[in-house]
Amino acid sequence: MSTYSDPYAESRETTEGRVYSVTGGDWDSLATEIGATKEERVVVNMGPQHPSTHGVLRIILELEGETVTETRCGIGYLHTGIEKNAEYRSWTQGVTFVTRMDYLAPIFNETAYCLAVEKLLGITEDVPERASIIRVLMMELNRISSHMVALGTGALELGALSPMIFAFRERELVLDLFEMISGLRMNMAFVRPGGVAQDIPEGGVAKIRETVTTLRKNFKDNEKLLIGNTIWMKRTQNIGYLDLAGCTTLGITGPVLRSAGLPWDLRKIAPYCGYENYKFDVITTDTADVYGRFLIRMQELEQSLRIIEQACDKLDKTVGQPVMVADKKIAWPSQLSVGADGMGNSLAHIREIMGESMESLIHHFKLVTEGFRVPAGQVYVAIESPRGETGVHLVSDGGTRPYRVHFREPSFNNLQSTSAMCEGSMIADVIGAIASIDPVMGGVDR
Amino acid sequence: MSESKGSFGVAGSGDTSGYSGLVRTKVTPGSSERPFGGYFDEVADELERAFPEFGAAIEKVVIDRNELTLYVKRDHLRAVALTLRNTESLRFEMCMGVNGVHYPDEKDRELHAVYELLSLTHNRRVRLEVALPDSDPHLPSLVEVWGGVNWHERETFDMFGIIFDGHPGLTRILMPDDWQGHPQRKDYPLGGIPVEYKGATIPPPSERRTYR
Repeated sequence: MSTYSDPYAESRETTEGRVYSVTGGDWDSLATEIGATKEERVVVNMGPQHPSTHGVLRIILELEGETVTETRCGIGYLHTGIEKNAEYRSWTQGVTFVTRMDYLAPIFNETAYCLAVEKLLGITEDVPERASIIRVLMMELNRISSHMVALGTGALELGALSPMIFAFRERELVLDLFEMISGLRMNMAFVRPGGVAQDIPEGGVAKIRETVTTLRKNFKDNEKLLIGNTIWMKRTQNIGYLDLAGCTTLGITGPVLRSAGLPWDLRKIAPYCGYENYKFDVITTDTADVYGRFLIRMQELEQSLRIIEQACDKLDKTVGQPVMVADKKIAWPSQLSVGADGMGNSLAHIREIMGESMESLIHHFKLVTEGFRVPAGQVYVAIESPRGETGVHLVSDGGTRPYRVHFREPSFNNLQSTSAMCEGSMIADVIGAIASIDPVMGGVDR
Repeated sequence: MSESKGSFGVAGSGDTSGYSGLVRTKVTPGSSERPFGGYFDEVADELERAFPEFGAAIEKVVIDRNELTLYVKRDHLRAVALTLRNTESLRFEMCMGVNGVHYPDEKDRELHAVYELLSLTHNRRVRLEVALPDSDPHLPSLVEVWGGVNWHERETFDMFGIIFDGHPGLTRILMPDDWQGHPQRKDYPLGGIPVEYKGATIPPPSERRTYR
C-alpha cells in the first residue's frame, strides 16, 4: 500500500479501494487575499474557444475594474504548416493548399498565388482576358461573401442577431454561385497558374445577374437594421480608435486603413487582373473607429456589385475565348467540368487521352505528375483582399516545386493592432474592436 | 548559379531510365547594372545621397521581374531602414513584414531575411534582403522603425531561428512555446506517416519520388 497523499484530495480506504474527495482550491481565502491588496488587477483569458473571438483566437486581458489596461493576443492554435507543405507539391498543386489559408477569402489566396507564379514564369501578359475577367468576377463575389461574415458575425458578437441571419442568407446566394461555377462552395482551387480551371457554365452569367439584383435589394435590409440604429451606433462609434499614423507604423491595410481616411486600395493604386478597366469607388471614412469600418464594408458591397455587373458585360463580349494560357507546357491539359460530385476531368478529355491520342495521354501524364519548371528567382505580389493587402512572397530555385511560399496575411498583420485599439477602453468594446479588424484565424496561423 | 543532378528527388532507387545522369544548371538572377529602369534609379540615387555609406552597406542591387532588391549587410540594416523611412524623397512608411528563406548550400549565408517595404507617398515597393550565417543568426530588430514587423519577426524567429536583437519579446508565435527546432528550415523534415490504401502503401509526401 502506498503512503502517497494528495494535498488537494482527501482519501479514505473502502472495500472497493481508495476513494478520493476532490475539494478544489480554497477560493474564500484567495478572494480575501485579493481584496486586501490595494491594486485590483485581474487577468482574464478570453478564448481560444470563445464564440466572439472569431475562431481560435486567444486574448489575454489585464483589467482594472472594467477598464482594459493591457491586451495580448495568443495565436497559433490553427497553425497547419501550409507554407511548408506547399514546398513538397508541384506549383499547380500549391493552389489547393493556399486556398485553405484565409478560408473566408479563398479566391483571393488563389489569385495572389497564381499571379506570383505567373510573374515568376514571365507570362503575366499572356493570361487570356477572359480568365482575368472571371478572376475579377470571382474575387468580387468572394469579397461580398467575406464581408457578409464580417458584418453578420460582427453584429452578432455585439448582441444583434437579426443582421447575422440576413447576412448569412445573402452569403448563401453567393456560395450557390460559387458552386455553380466551380463545383465547390469554398476552397475551390479554381484559379490556376495561367488562367482559371474552367469557363463559366452555360446560363451562368444570367444567373449571376439575377443574383446581383436580389443581393442589391436584400442589402437594404441590413442597412435599415443597423445604420442609424441608436444601440448599434452607441456600441460602435468612437470604439477601437486607430488613426493613420497608427495604421502606418503597424502596417495596417484594408478597411481599417481606409477608415482612417486614406483611400488606399490596391485595385486602384496598383491594378492587377485588369482592375483599371472597371469603374468603382474607393470608400473611406474619417472616423477611424468601429462604426467607420462597418460603414466601409457595407458600402463596398455595392461597389463589388458594380464590378460584377461590368464583369458580366465583359464576359458577354468574350464568349468562346480561352480561359487558360496558350502555352501547352504550362496550361492544365484538360478542360475540367462540373459533374455530380464536383469539379473533375471532362469526359471528352478522358475519351481523347484514353481512346484516341497517345500524345495527349503522355502530355497529360507529364504535366500532372511532373508539372512545369519555374525559372529561379523571387517575386512579391500584393492584391487587395477583403481584409487588406494579401502579399505572396514566392521563391523558386528553378524546380517543379516552390522553394519557399510565404503569405503576408492581412489578418495576421492587422491583429497586431488589438493592443492599440483596446487598451484603455472598456472590456465590452474589445469584442467590437476585434470584430472590426475581421481576423480569420486560418489566415493568421496558416 | 548551382547544379542539380538527376531528375527525381530520391537517389539510389535503382532508376534505369538514364535520367539520373541528367545535370541541370540553375541560374539565379545576378547583380544588375545601371540604368535600372523605372523608379529604381531614383530610389538608388536618393538612398545614395541620403546614406553616404551606400557602397559599404549595399552588397548588390538586383532588378529582377520588375522588382528592386537591395542586398544589405546586416550591420547597416537598421541605418538603411531608418534612411528609407525618414528621407522625404524615399518615404517607405510601411513595412509589409519580414520573411525568412533558408539556403543550406550557401556557405556562411544560409539564412536570408527578406523585408518588403511600401511607400504610400510614392506608391513604390522595395525589397531588402539580408544574408546571415547559420552559426551566428543575429539580426538587429526593426520593431522601433516599423512597429508592424513585431509579429513578423517573431514568426521568422519561430520558423527559421533568426534572432532579432532588441525585439521587445522574441518568443515563438505559431508553434508551441516548448517546440524543438525551426520548422521552415530545409533540414527540418516535413514529417507524416505512410498511408495504406487498398493494400498499397503510400509514403509521406517528403519521401515520395518526385521530379526536381
